[in-house]
Amino acid sequence: MSAATLYGLCSAVLVGLGLFSLIVHPQPLRKILGFNLIGGGVFLLFGAVARRGAAAGFGGDPVPQALVITGIVVAFSATALAVTLLLRLFQQTGQATLASDE
Amino acid sequence: MSLVLDALTIITVSAGAFFFLAGTVGLLRFPDALSRLHALTKADNLGLGLVVLGLLFQVDGPLAALKLIGVWLLALLAGATVTQLIARTARPGGPPA
Amino acid sequence: MAFDVGLAVLVLGLAVWTTAARDTFAAVVGFVAFGLLLALVWVRLAAPDVALTEAAIGSGVTGVLLVGASTRLRPVAVLAAGAGPCAIQRLAAAVLCTLVTAGLAAIVLLLPEPAPTLAPQAAKNLGATGLGNPVTAVLMAFRAIDTLLETVVLLLALLGIWSLASDRVWGGVAAALRYADPDGALTLLAQLLAPVGILVGIHIFWVGSTAPGGEFQGATILAAMWILTMMAGLVDAPAVSRRWLRLVLVAGPATFLAIGLAGFAMAGAFLGYPESHAKLLILTIEIPVTLSIAATLALLVAGPPERAPQR
Repeated sequence: MSAATLYGLCSAVLVGLGLFSLIVHPQPLRKILGFNLIGGGVFLLFGAVARRGAAAGFGGDPVPQALVITGIVVAFSATALAVTLLLRLFQQTGQATLASDE
Repeated sequence: MSLVLDALTIITVSAGAFFFLAGTVGLLRFPDALSRLHALTKADNLGLGLVVLGLLFQVDGPLAALKLIGVWLLALLAGATVTQLIARTARPGGPPA
Repeated sequence: MAFDVGLAVLVLGLAVWTTAARDTFAAVVGFVAFGLLLALVWVRLAAPDVALTEAAIGSGVTGVLLVGASTRLRPVAVLAAGAGPCAIQRLAAAVLCTLVTAGLAAIVLLLPEPAPTLAPQAAKNLGATGLGNPVTAVLMAFRAIDTLLETVVLLLALLGIWSLASDRVWGGVAAALRYADPDGALTLLAQLLAPVGILVGIHIFWVGSTAPGGEFQGATILAAMWILTMMAGLVDAPAVSRRWLRLVLVAGPATFLAIGLAGFAMAGAFLGYPESHAKLLILTIEIPVTLSIAATLALLVAGPPERAPQR
């Protein structure tokens, strides 16, 4: 088993863990952490594909690597927006929960 | 000559790894925050310093050596500041009289 | 190979910790450590540019954001711990996640052999761009439209954050970063580290044309230095209504778009570069984009305005 396949399997487990955290935890901040874990897993899957495409003197296929760099930046901006929404919700209502009760 | 350099690298990096191990054992076993910080600084200064020293035997050029030493100094600076901040939070009153 | 197995086990262990930890702050700390080890994984996958980006943005700036948020949300973290799905729902979620994991693992194990790759075509066209780093060439020349849209997405996220301010402080100053007790240690760190950090950031941006690095990584280091000086109280966060701030934020995407439109005249396609001036045009785009991204990232962490601007 090559390193790329090993990390590809690792990325599959990461997506599963992140999805579990996203579904099960009631606190929104834990859901945001789960979303970031899913993102990390997907990027790692791209990385495994890039590593397998090593050719022409490069260690890996540069196109998926560039896509992952773009993805990391966009994931951070989404996280920033989500965290700010959460903090604003906390400021307005004194609660940090997505549950609609009563 | 390269055999001597490789042997020196192995010895110093192993010594650095030992200090990292000691720091981790201290982190896990010491009772309160201040003594744990004390253990971690050993890992930072001595552990990282010995690892950098060991890698210095393997570089090919003064620029890479300067970069490695710069990495060590930056890690020291950041570690010292963060230790101060954490210690001040853990014991706001300052050192006991 | 043994090192890879050990590293993968550590990464998965930290991911399990992030999922299963009771305390939210402990989960956030686990996530920051996870990001740093993930950067090591990227190095093992022969992708040093991505490793730099993951360590800087994925673990560094995201970590600052999440630690700040979990500290501010600490009073309600305990209250919300009681609610949650019952055991049956947890079991159903676990089954669903196991199915997703199994599906992705099957995809990984069934990837086509020999692996399809665009590396030979990237290598063939690398000389025309005048760059030495293939990832930078993909970002700035072959897939430049993605990078242009990415800078716009960052700007849109910032607009979204600013729009969350209440009406009375619209146009004001962000307050989230001000460290509650300006301490000697943090101020000393900011004074010593900021000049070094700015130098390192510019170096990583500049060297990205031939070696691992580039504008995103360099911009993140510059943003980190600005965040550090704001936290230490050395500089105040700028009011979002300041014209110079808005010009800096827009300069990057605007330059990118302008050169892209000029590509119709110069090379016959949107974002086309004439071969003789490719490197010069790429550099002309990269410098404002780096400054814009640095400002945007720092302001994304600083948050929405909370204090009215001083007249």
